[in-house]
Amino acid sequence: MIETGVLKIGAQGDKEIVYTRGFAAPRGLVFEAHTKPELVQRWLGVRAGWTLPVCEIDLRVGGKYRFVWKNEARGIEMGMGGEYVKIITPELISCTERFDQAWYPGDCLVTQEFFEEGERTLLKVTLGYENAAARDGVLASPMESGLAESYDELARILEAHAS
Amino acid sequence: MNSRSQLDQTFAALADPTRRAILARLAQGEAPVQELAKPFSISQPAISRHLAVLEKAGLISRGQDAQRRPRRLEARALGEATAWLESFRAYWEGNYARLDTLLEEMQAADKKPRKRTNS
Repeated sequence: MIETGVLKIGAQGDKEIVYTRGFAAPRGLVFEAHTKPELVQRWLGVRAGWTLPVCEIDLRVGGKYRFVWKNEARGIEMGMGGEYVKIITPELISCTERFDQAWYPGDCLVTQEFFEEGERTLLKVTLGYENAAARDGVLASPMESGLAESYDELARILEAHAS
Repeated sequence: MNSRSQLDQTFAALADPTRRAILARLAQGEAPVQELAKPFSISQPAISRHLAVLEKAGLISRGQDAQRRPRRLEARALGEATAWLESFRAYWEGNYARLDTLLEEMQAADKKPRKRTNS
């Protein structure tokens, strides 16, 4: 039975980060929520103060995607995008990922796998970095990154640990 | 900050639930190996192997008492290693909580496709 609601995170080999999360919904819906812009805009990164006004998804191998988050109150934005490498609807999406202000070398290869069991779905995400140094650089909580600047909580945690 | 290989070891060390439980125990104060092994249904050599992983990762160290060889937590190293994990977890848990809500709505809409409104 797939456990829902719990995020499990771990390292895999020396270049990858893996996390899983179970959902109480059939796989087709979970896949849809990850691939239709009007649905992605409802949940991905749209925490307090942030919206996702640019959400372009060309879901085909070789197709590109582009996301830009905006925080109107603070007058900042953060963009990222990449290219689809492999797609098996509704089982797998593999794409490259690069933030506009990337804080690690090269692209990250993001593979999202959707496993169905009954009416539940397990999502497994594998973040594959170019090499061990890039992966470990991400794990080391980069303080200067655009991402860190953008995520309020992240910045707070980093400040606490920098002192 | 930790060196690269050190960080890798730290992250791997934290991935195991037994090792996290040992760290939680040590957060309350230093303890000898026998005492650390008590709550677990695994052998003392197995516990010693876990301790070796934690020590190599810089998360624990050995106390002065040569006889008891108590282990103690290296809180600063643990803080550095968990900072990224905590922020990453908070970000994605937030995302997926919103996704849960969306999926509920989608399932409700699937059952009553003609009763959807623009509310």
